[in-house]
This record gives sequence, C-alpha cells and structure tokens, in this order.
Amino acid sequence: MMPVGHYLFLSFALFIIGAIGVVTRRNVIVVLMSIELILNAVNINLVAFSRMFGDVHVHGQVFALFIIADAAAEAAVGLGIIIAFFRNRETVLADEMDLLKW
Amino acid sequence: MLDSIIFYFFAGVAILSAALMVTRRNAIHSAVFLITTLLATAGIFLQLRAEFLFIAQIILYVGGIMVLFVFVIMLVRLDVPLHHITFRFQKWVALFVAVALACEVSVMFWYVRQLPSAGLLTPPAPADKLPPNSEQFAKVLFGDYLLPFEIASILLLVAMIGAVVMAKKRT
Repeated sequence: MMPVGHYLFLSFALFIIGAIGVVTRRNVIVVLMSIELILNAVNINLVAFSRMFGDVHVHGQVFALFIIADAAAEAAVGLGIIIAFFRNRETVLADEMDLLKW
Repeated sequence: MLDSIIFYFFAGVAILSAALMVTRRNAIHSAVFLITTLLATAGIFLQLRAEFLFIAQIILYVGGIMVLFVFVIMLVRLDVPLHHITFRFQKWVALFVAVALACEVSVMFWYVRQLPSAGLLTPPAPADKLPPNSEQFAKVLFGDYLLPFEIASILLLVAMIGAVVMAKKRT
C-alpha cells in the first residue's frame, strides 16, 4: 500500500475542487454535482484509513457505503427540488432564485 | 511499484477531470467529467482492495446517480445553442468508435470459438490468497452496523417519497 498521506492529499484536492465548484458555479445542477464530488473525496479518506488498519478491518468501507447511500438520497431530493423550481421559474441559475426576496 | 503507478494514474485522472468538471460551461460536459472522476475513484478503491465498494461505486454512482443527473440536465433548458454542444467531427468520431467496437466484438467472437468449451472461464484465484472482501463487508454491515443500515434504508425511502412529491405536477 502507498503511504496514507498520498490518499489524504488526493482526497483533499478533490474536496477543494468540489468546494470551489459549489461556491463559484451558477448552475444549480453543477453545484449538486460538486457536492457529489465532495462526498466522493470523503469516501477516499475512509477507504484509505480502513486499508491502513489492515485487510481484516472493513469498517471504513461500510461507512463509505453509507455515504454513497446518503449521496443517492441527496441527489434524488435535490434534483426533485430543481425540477420543481424549474417548473415554476424556468431557470436553474442560482442567482435568479430570489423567490424569498421581496 | 505497480501499486504506485496505478495510484498515480487514477489520482491524476481523478483530479484532472474534477478540475475540468468545475470549469466547463456546459452542464452535460461537467456530468461526463464527473463520471470520469467517479470511475477513477472506483479504480482507487480497487487499488485499496475494496472490491465491493468498487462495484458499488460503479453501479450506484455512475449507473444510478449520474444517470439521474443527466436526465435532469436534459429535462431543464440548456442556455448554450446546439452547435456548442455537438462538435464538428462528431459523425466521424462516432463512425470510428462504432467500427472499433465492431472489430472488438468480432475478434472476441472469433477468439471464443477457438477456445475449447471447458476453457472459457479462467479458474478463480485461490481462496486463501486474498481476504474475501465482500464476505467481511457483509459480516460487518449486517452485524455491527445493522441499526445504521436500517436507518439508511428509511432515509432512502424518505428521499424517494420526497423526490416524487417534489417532482410531481401540482394538479
């Protein structure tokens, strides 16, 4: 196995790229995809630490599976909200979502 | 040595396509690059000997979640005109890929015909070489983490109902 720091760096880089995507993109669908990227980066961390403790420990991998389930739930609800919003306002751009402002 | 080559390859692909995903203007390009990132992450999982997560990542993320994303991207209006989405040589690239795939499939059929019928499947690796990942995974998941597993299933049910309610047309 590689040293665990390599995996941490990869995970960190993916996390930062995802965070940049969340705060800079206007398209809400791409923002949701960036959130998926962040969750994926966390999964790399979990699996790397799970491997660090040897082949017989798979607790970190089980956590990663839970995070995948969470990501699926989040994507389903988020895309449902996006479709509902698009039906009302004909846009998916974050800076045009001002229904609560008056 | 091989381990590190595999790691650096998949890590490079993951980071590069993640950066491309954030910077592309077109949402469908972002989706495709995110799929590439997720597949590279699946490769990292395999390199970490998490075979079950490797398969789960490909089937759940790439096969499930990203298909959902692509459907929603196609449902909502794209701001860019069509000739920005399709590129110029798309027809020729499509033709090349189709011919390559056809060659591959025919070579595969030819190769399978050459084999004796008993030798189609390679013998599985000896069972004592690697720890059985899926078995351990199942033992931990349905033993130590049974309650979180049930809670996760309830979460998925709630999310499913929520998504249906959200996307439903108001009558």
